[in-house]
Amino acid sequence: MESVLGRYKNLIVLVGVLFAQVLGLAVQVKRTTDTQSSRLIRIWAVDSVTPFEKMLNWMHGGSWNLWHNYIYLRGVRAENRGLKAEIERLRLEQVRLNEDAAQARRLQALFAFKEQFISQTVAAQVIGSGGSEQSRIIYIDKGESSGLKPDMAVITVDGIVGKILRVFRSTSQVLLIDDQSSGVGGILETTRLQGIVRGTRSGEVVLEHIMTDNPVQAGELVRTSGGDRIFPKGLPVGTVTRVGNGPDLFLSILIRPAANLNKLEEVLVVTKLVEQEPNQLETGPVRAADILAQRLPSVPDKPATNDATKGTDSPAPSAPVAKKPAEAASTPIAPTPPKAIQKISPGQQSASSPKPGSPAVKPTGSAPGALKPATEKSPPPAPIQVLDPTGSAPKPKPVAPPADATQPAQPQDGPQ
Amino acid sequence: MPITYTSGEQVEVYRFNWPITIGVPATALFLQAWLPRYFPAFAMLDLPLLVTIFFAISRRNPVSGLLTGGAIGVFQDALTSLPIGINGISKTVVGYAASSLGVRLDVENAGARLLVTVVFCVVNKIVYFVVAHLLVNLTVQWSWPHELWSALINAIVGVFLFFALDRFKQRT
Repeated sequence: MESVLGRYKNLIVLVGVLFAQVLGLAVQVKRTTDTQSSRLIRIWAVDSVTPFEKMLNWMHGGSWNLWHNYIYLRGVRAENRGLKAEIERLRLEQVRLNEDAAQARRLQALFAFKEQFISQTVAAQVIGSGGSEQSRIIYIDKGESSGLKPDMAVITVDGIVGKILRVFRSTSQVLLIDDQSSGVGGILETTRLQGIVRGTRSGEVVLEHIMTDNPVQAGELVRTSGGDRIFPKGLPVGTVTRVGNGPDLFLSILIRPAANLNKLEEVLVVTKLVEQEPNQLETGPVRAADILAQRLPSVPDKPATNDATKGTDSPAPSAPVAKKPAEAASTPIAPTPPKAIQKISPGQQSASSPKPGSPAVKPTGSAPGALKPATEKSPPPAPIQVLDPTGSAPKPKPVAPPADATQPAQPQDGPQ
Repeated sequence: MPITYTSGEQVEVYRFNWPITIGVPATALFLQAWLPRYFPAFAMLDLPLLVTIFFAISRRNPVSGLLTGGAIGVFQDALTSLPIGINGISKTVVGYAASSLGVRLDVENAGARLLVTVVFCVVNKIVYFVVAHLLVNLTVQWSWPHELWSALINAIVGVFLFFALDRFKQRT
């Protein structure tokens, strides 16, 4: 007996260790449905590694901030000027989008639809990863002490990232959407086809359960459908990059995630969702003219158009509106206006007061006769005066708005 | 070079002090978890496996090799979302096999180390695939080109890593 044990000692130890590990695996596999508790070994391993990751992350962030905020300051002033102009443009676009949202909410309220709104989030920094190609997870520096719980959605400003898998005292484990065990309810933005967004072993993201007879094209946006009850509806998931035939009768749709999952630094954890019917009563409509009237003092006025506006008693709303035809063609708002027009039914839009601030909205049939240049006094002369650089008497033929010349019947000028 | 059986006296057996025995695997686990955040391609490397192979072929003790591999693999599993034990089983087998091979082979030169590391990287992946697919019922895809390239890259990194760790060897 002793000779057998001595001769096969190494093999016996090997079998014993393997058996113990297989037994451990069996216990774990049996309890995978319980996501609330974690094994002690997992807690020890995470607690021993994450403090060093946090410290290194803090040192890295500190040195980066020191360099970026105090040493590398070239172009800050020019960048600031550009950003302020961008803010102004976005505020104007927001006015138009608010109208679309109000329209959608009114329709939803008619059908008593309930929406999920993100009411509370917690910002967190990414401090580490799982370090394996088979398990695509990241660690963030917020945990149970910050109110995080399993199955909370994790997002960035670009799109969704994943969901909370496990929560420790001051750290959490996040399962990314490109992990093969991940699944997110997705919907194509244009065709409204619903499917499941999954990750593959190679780290790609695919949309499954779309039948082959459905038209899907590359470039389509994929958003969350809300069906998984984790991510609110409407969050960006990614863009379709390739469509091919998959197994059975389904398509194989490859998606490029909206969020850069390989370069995550800060994320938002959705800690609270509110489910309610959309409100019909929104804040009063904000005119773009009012926003422009609150022009930021540091943004310089454009000399060519501003000199013309100061010649007469141009009421504040009309002066900026007069510049719209020249500017509207150059703003990036141009691609989206057709959608806005399609959403807003002309019948309903004409019932409300037309919005002079939104260049995309062209109310049809709303007293176009009043805006004809034939009426020489009061409103029409104002835009004409605006565009005449010499400040001479108003003339019936508009010089500045060449857009009016090409679109004679469209009342783009001045409030009514 | 023909493979011959050599007795324990003819083959040098090394030992390591406790700080190295614990610090090197811990550092490898930490780097494996932290570096992919900045270099996503780093996930293809398996530093804990390279450390397992190094200690196994240096100590030339099968029991010590399998225990080292098992401990490193279990801790590596604990940092992932997968059940604990998959990497533990695969690295236990690699640790045992590498130390058993180290008793019979002289693996001090770079060529032998490269070849041994490639072989054990493939063995590790095969055992991992079998355990994950048959025992845990995970969906694991196998791609021979990817695994071979990964094994080669790990072996090249391993050769340099082994030479760096040679300075910590202590003759028994």
